[in-house]
Amino acid sequence: MRIEYTGLSEMQGSIVALEGVTGVSYDELAEITLDGGERRYGRVIKIDGEKVVLQVFEGTVGLDMEHVNTHFTGRPITLPLSKEILGRIFDGSGKPLDGLREVFPDERRDINGSAINPVSRKYPRSCILTGISSIDATSTLIRGQKLPIFSGAGMSHNELAAQIVRQAQTMDQSEEFAIVFCAMGVKNDTAEFFKKDFQESGALGRVVMYLNMASDPIIERILAPRCALTAAEYLAFYHGYHVLVILTDMSSYCEALREFSSSKGEIPSRKGFPSYMYSDLASLYERAGMIYGEKGSVTQVPILTMPNDDISHPIPDLTGYITEGQIVLSRDLEQKGIYPPVAILPSLSRLMKDGTGEGYTREDHADLSNQLFASYSAVTDARSLASVIGEDELSEIDKLYVEFGKRLEAEFITQGIRENRTLEQTLDLGWKLLSMLPRAELGRVSDKMLDKYYQGSK
Amino acid sequence: METNNYYIYGVNGPVITVRGGRSLPMMSLVYVGNVRIPGEVVSASGNTTIVQVYEDSSGLSKDQPVFPTDKPMSVLLGPGMLSNIYDGIARPLRRISEMAGSFIAKGITLPALDMEKLWDVKLDVKEGMDASGGMVFARTQESDAIEHRSMVPPDLQGKFTEVKPDGQYKVTDVLAYIVDERGKKYPLTLAQEWPIRRSRPCAKRLPITRPLVTGQRVIDTLFPVGKGGCAAIPGPFGAGKTMVQHQLAKWSDADIIVYLGCGERGNEMTQVLDEFAELKDPLTGHPLMERTILIANTSNMPVAAREASIYTGMTIAEYYRDMGYHVALMADSTSRWAEALREISGRLEEMPAEESFPAYLPSRLAGFYERAGYMETLSGLEGSVTVIGAVSPQGGDFSEPVTQNTKRFIRTFWALDRSLAYARHFPAINWTTSYSEYFTDIKGWYEDNFGSGFTRMRQQIIDILGKESSLMEIVKLIGSDVLPDDQKLIIETAKVLRQGYLQQNAFHKTDTYMSPANQMVMLEVILYLYDEAKKLTTKSIPLNQLVDTGIFSALYRMKFDLGEGQTKDYFIKLVDDSISKVIARNE
Repeated sequence: MRIEYTGLSEMQGSIVALEGVTGVSYDELAEITLDGGERRYGRVIKIDGEKVVLQVFEGTVGLDMEHVNTHFTGRPITLPLSKEILGRIFDGSGKPLDGLREVFPDERRDINGSAINPVSRKYPRSCILTGISSIDATSTLIRGQKLPIFSGAGMSHNELAAQIVRQAQTMDQSEEFAIVFCAMGVKNDTAEFFKKDFQESGALGRVVMYLNMASDPIIERILAPRCALTAAEYLAFYHGYHVLVILTDMSSYCEALREFSSSKGEIPSRKGFPSYMYSDLASLYERAGMIYGEKGSVTQVPILTMPNDDISHPIPDLTGYITEGQIVLSRDLEQKGIYPPVAILPSLSRLMKDGTGEGYTREDHADLSNQLFASYSAVTDARSLASVIGEDELSEIDKLYVEFGKRLEAEFITQGIRENRTLEQTLDLGWKLLSMLPRAELGRVSDKMLDKYYQGSK
Repeated sequence: METNNYYIYGVNGPVITVRGGRSLPMMSLVYVGNVRIPGEVVSASGNTTIVQVYEDSSGLSKDQPVFPTDKPMSVLLGPGMLSNIYDGIARPLRRISEMAGSFIAKGITLPALDMEKLWDVKLDVKEGMDASGGMVFARTQESDAIEHRSMVPPDLQGKFTEVKPDGQYKVTDVLAYIVDERGKKYPLTLAQEWPIRRSRPCAKRLPITRPLVTGQRVIDTLFPVGKGGCAAIPGPFGAGKTMVQHQLAKWSDADIIVYLGCGERGNEMTQVLDEFAELKDPLTGHPLMERTILIANTSNMPVAAREASIYTGMTIAEYYRDMGYHVALMADSTSRWAEALREISGRLEEMPAEESFPAYLPSRLAGFYERAGYMETLSGLEGSVTVIGAVSPQGGDFSEPVTQNTKRFIRTFWALDRSLAYARHFPAINWTTSYSEYFTDIKGWYEDNFGSGFTRMRQQIIDILGKESSLMEIVKLIGSDVLPDDQKLIIETAKVLRQGYLQQNAFHKTDTYMSPANQMVMLEVILYLYDEAKKLTTKSIPLNQLVDTGIFSALYRMKFDLGEGQTKDYFIKLVDDSISKVIARNE
């Protein structure tokens, strides 16, 4: 028997309440039918006796308190899945946007997923080469990792993400891989940019897109990454694909979360964001990983634009506490015309130490990377000294560091948008530049490695 | 469970409103809904009880049944906990994965211990002997290094009776009974329950006189933590909190490690599982995993269980302490625990205090850290629980409430520094803002074990580092070339201390752990060089000549050479040679 409840008792923002409802469970999906036959969906977010509170994904605009009918479906929000999602485009709640029919599901999955048992997790060790020196050498991406790009408005994060997608490959190239692209509150242009780029590189057949544009309802924005990750998990742990998930822009997602939280009347925490934002973000980011006994993997590259380039803003801050490192883009480098503007010092890949070096990449990888960090950090010191006393007054060694810094930025960090460097090229280039410095300055490298790779005079 | 009329009235995330009878006892365990999700009573008024549940509440609906128990939330303690991994309410994750697969399913209730395994048990007691609370009545070898001592529950007294002979028993087998004055019989088994929020009693607190030796130079030398003490590691992300915790879990000289992953990354727990199984304890030679208990409540696991997890960890730590062991509890991270507290408090619509944390945050933190200590147990043994809590301040800003309140209850503070981490100076413990109040308490131990003169040398390097940081203010403005030689010497020596001594490579084969003896050698050699070089400067021989001999950079690598077996004499000779070379040049 299909039960429908007529009318609502309260409406606020995207939240509605119904009275006199029984037998409804928490997190259940509801269908709301408007007078004209339009159908919207909602989710149960609170039960208080016979009062049930729903969030409506498509928003409450146009809802008439008295003339709507609500039906509870008896199940949580699920996503229809089958292998044919590859190459398709959906909206934030999983409905087709490409004019094709609905997915004929092999399986329906709860979009909230469930936590991977820490015992079943396989520690990620195989590295993904992006062909970008500043990432491969010093912040290597590992399969199964979550490595966000911290950017700012107007910087070239989209180009970088697209380049990563185009060039990413592992040591073993025979494996099947797929891309799940999730746009949250981005402009149409951005979505078009990615679509075009996937098309040109011929990857479109392996891409699933979930698009929630800047003008789409915010509730759908909260669902979009969950749909995307559910699809990714399905492809990875059911069909054995290695899935790279691009989530952009996490800042819009968090702002949607804030808007939603305040419309529920929750007590705000820092900068008005809800106090559960850490747990909420973790429930997305932690869905990356590898599992014992499964062939596939989920690797995440979330992109977020730091409001006002502030890395201590709650969005990058909480993200950084959850993800396994970060790639930080620098406005300074961007303004110098350097692409990709990867700031080496604050960038970090936490899993890199276990997926590089002998047996994984090349024996000198770890030493080289440590030394690049240390030497580049000395460049910063020398530059700040130079800004006070002038470059001419610097000691010989400091002058050398300033020169090293210039060349590192011009030759190592800078590369073409279609330039795909092999790891060999990247590492050799690193040694070539380090060899500008006296051998005694390279305190992070063992003598054995120096004997083999150092090309300087002393 | 008897029949009852309790039912779900409302659901708001992990907070469930229960009605249907008189309100339930505070903090008692209840099972909620058809799938029987465990939960705890957090408040009650009239006929309404509020329960926080330890699993995702989706699927719960009004009128589903609620099953109260009159027990508080407890953990089953007994042999078999070592090398195991549990979730925040002590459910064994390995067996859950065998039952439910790679993803965590709902409503699985499993005991913490393996109920079927047979243990070789030796009984310490005989028929008719007096029994008192905390007394050890049975022993079993839990791992190669650790003997599990089963104790009489603290509140029992009487005489032993019906004592079984030595033999093989399961954890639930009754090994003996205790008859109290009134003739009531209590069974004793290898396993016993203890409520997680109540600290286990002991005879008395003893003063802290020994450090937890960690093999990490900056910690052992500059900022030690006493056995039974509390330390906090605050730091922004990427500063290496987890790395420090891992290093301490690996190399500190505790008998038992309880490693608590509280609201952190899943892969980090996997890493501990993988690595600890392969590594060997430098003191006993046994695999590290055999002395370790892991509690993993990762950031995406239910938030209420995260709140409970630190108490679960602490109760297990106290249990092993009562057997006479030194236990170190690593909590990574207490900020995530505080956030769980905040999240639940928000759902309960409590009045928020600073940064919307609940007003009771400080008292909860105090309650946790005060369970640490060096104790005389009820059975007269000595044991300790040392707590090392990571703090993840938002934006790396140490003025936020969790860091500030934690500082009131700990005595060792390892402040991690983002700029050190960017320069890849690890461990990124800032030597000017960190402190240890324990050093004066344990000074005697250092003089006896590290060697006499340790206190003086420690003070000397603190002075050098302190002078350097004020000199750096000048250097930043005018460069180091213009400084007089004695100040240049400070800078050169501090550089050796920073790069050679304070920096320690956790991934290096030998540098990851340094014995106290070698730490002492390093200090002696570096300060010997300093003293000798100072003599040169008083003879107005330019310091650059000494720097050019390469002796300072040779000492950067001393830690690696010591690890490969070089001796103190070799380095002293190295210093002597360079000094005499310089003197010869100036004659």
